[in-house]
Amino acid sequence: MFRRLSLLVVAVVLAGCAPGEAGGRELTVFAAASLTGTFTELGKVFEAGHPGTRVRFNFGSSATLAQQITQGAPADVFASASPATMKAVTGSTGAAPVTFARNRLEIAVPVANPAGVDGPADLAGPGVKVALCAEQVPCGAAAARALEAAGVKVTPVTLERDVKATLTKVELGEVDAALVYRTDVIAAAGRVTGIGFPEAARAVNDYPIVALTSGLAGEFVGLVRSARGRDVLTGAGFEVP
Amino acid sequence: MTPSSPPRGTARPAVGRPPWVLVVPAVLGLAFLVLPLAGLLVRAPWATLPERLAEPQVLEALRLSLVTATVATAVCLLLGVPLAWLLARVSFPGRRLVRALVTVPLVLPPVVGGVALLLVLGRRGVAGQWLESAFGVTLPFTTAGVVIAEAFVAMPFLVISVEGALRGADQRFEEAAATLGASRWTVFRRVTLPLVMPGIVAGAVLCWARALGEFGATITFAGNFPGRTQTMPLAVYLALETEPEAAIVLSLVLLAVSVIILASLRDRWVSP
Repeated sequence: MFRRLSLLVVAVVLAGCAPGEAGGRELTVFAAASLTGTFTELGKVFEAGHPGTRVRFNFGSSATLAQQITQGAPADVFASASPATMKAVTGSTGAAPVTFARNRLEIAVPVANPAGVDGPADLAGPGVKVALCAEQVPCGAAAARALEAAGVKVTPVTLERDVKATLTKVELGEVDAALVYRTDVIAAAGRVTGIGFPEAARAVNDYPIVALTSGLAGEFVGLVRSARGRDVLTGAGFEVP
Repeated sequence: MTPSSPPRGTARPAVGRPPWVLVVPAVLGLAFLVLPLAGLLVRAPWATLPERLAEPQVLEALRLSLVTATVATAVCLLLGVPLAWLLARVSFPGRRLVRALVTVPLVLPPVVGGVALLLVLGRRGVAGQWLESAFGVTLPFTTAGVVIAEAFVAMPFLVISVEGALRGADQRFEEAAATLGASRWTVFRRVTLPLVMPGIVAGAVLCWARALGEFGATITFAGNFPGRTQTMPLAVYLALETEPEAAIVLSLVLLAVSVIILASLRDRWVSP
């Protein structure tokens, strides 16, 4: 009984190691949650161009990913939604990140737009429920800058932990408006309506990327910055430098 | 008598040394539970602790956490004890299914639980719509919403422990009371409740601790706004984004306060 069980354990452990040890090469990419759609697509392009290579992704909040990397998580590429979190990773290694995409904020409202929101000034209206990202996360910092540029003082009902959670509150109709990225509005097309505003240009978010190891990692960064990569990114609503 | 001196005279029967097959896993288990805490203690920036504690936002979050967890526990006691009694003492068709349904909040990822609460009690939810039009009450983004989210997640802990206590209790006492003419309500109040009080206290403690640490359902259903819905776990999560050290301090504060409260309650109400 014990013997059979231990054989099973060994088999499971071996199976778990197999893709990394036996099969071809593997590339681990840590990327901001807002890049989930575009990077998954680019990962497939990369695998098609490099037979035998597997791209593994770890998507999450940029700050969390940066902490994981500085605590020793094995990452080959790091793509962050803010230069500040990127600095936490590259500050000690001296690797040079490059900005590969930019994202700007839009006002997202439910399709029915119950509060009749048309621009930043309406967000301060009485009885208008607004969700913003918390200032500790990049979209919240950007929202604070954009609203300041617009000269609007908004009292939100909630400061959400990330941009997806903020968008969900709009999709469910719990709030009348929220400030989220343009890419999120496009991804939720049909469920929310996006309203652009000029002051958003004052709070554009830079996305830096860096190769943390040599070889494949650099090639992946190259793909992201290539014409193909730029197409995928602009298709999702990013601006590319 | 020191532990090393052998008992003299009519000692209780020797039970022998604790067998290593139990002691080794027990110690490993303890280490597994306690080591992460040690990690927090080692990394904590003790020097900045006093000034962090003095920050009004921290105290506000701590106060909100304690108040909401306590109110949520009261709500759970009010609804959960009768529910546990129903499951343990009344046989009705589908009781097994109901018993399984009670554990749903345990299995459900808390964030999903929060979304589910929004779908029912939110502005466009089935019950939420009615609450708003009939009473002008909206629950999301309010302190009451925090209590609801915490009670939803924590109630199973209470129900399961109270039901376990009820099923383990000797029913002959209740039967004796009933033969002496006590109504079912009187039996519940005068016999059953005192009999299972330790189970209720244990369940309430678990329930309170779970409510105090609640994060996912709270942030999803009640949102995050300082002073109104930002409890300590939410403050910790957001601090983690920018200042991991502050997050450690906040966690330790929450931990210390809850351990102190639980330890003092135990001494007062639960006899050793």
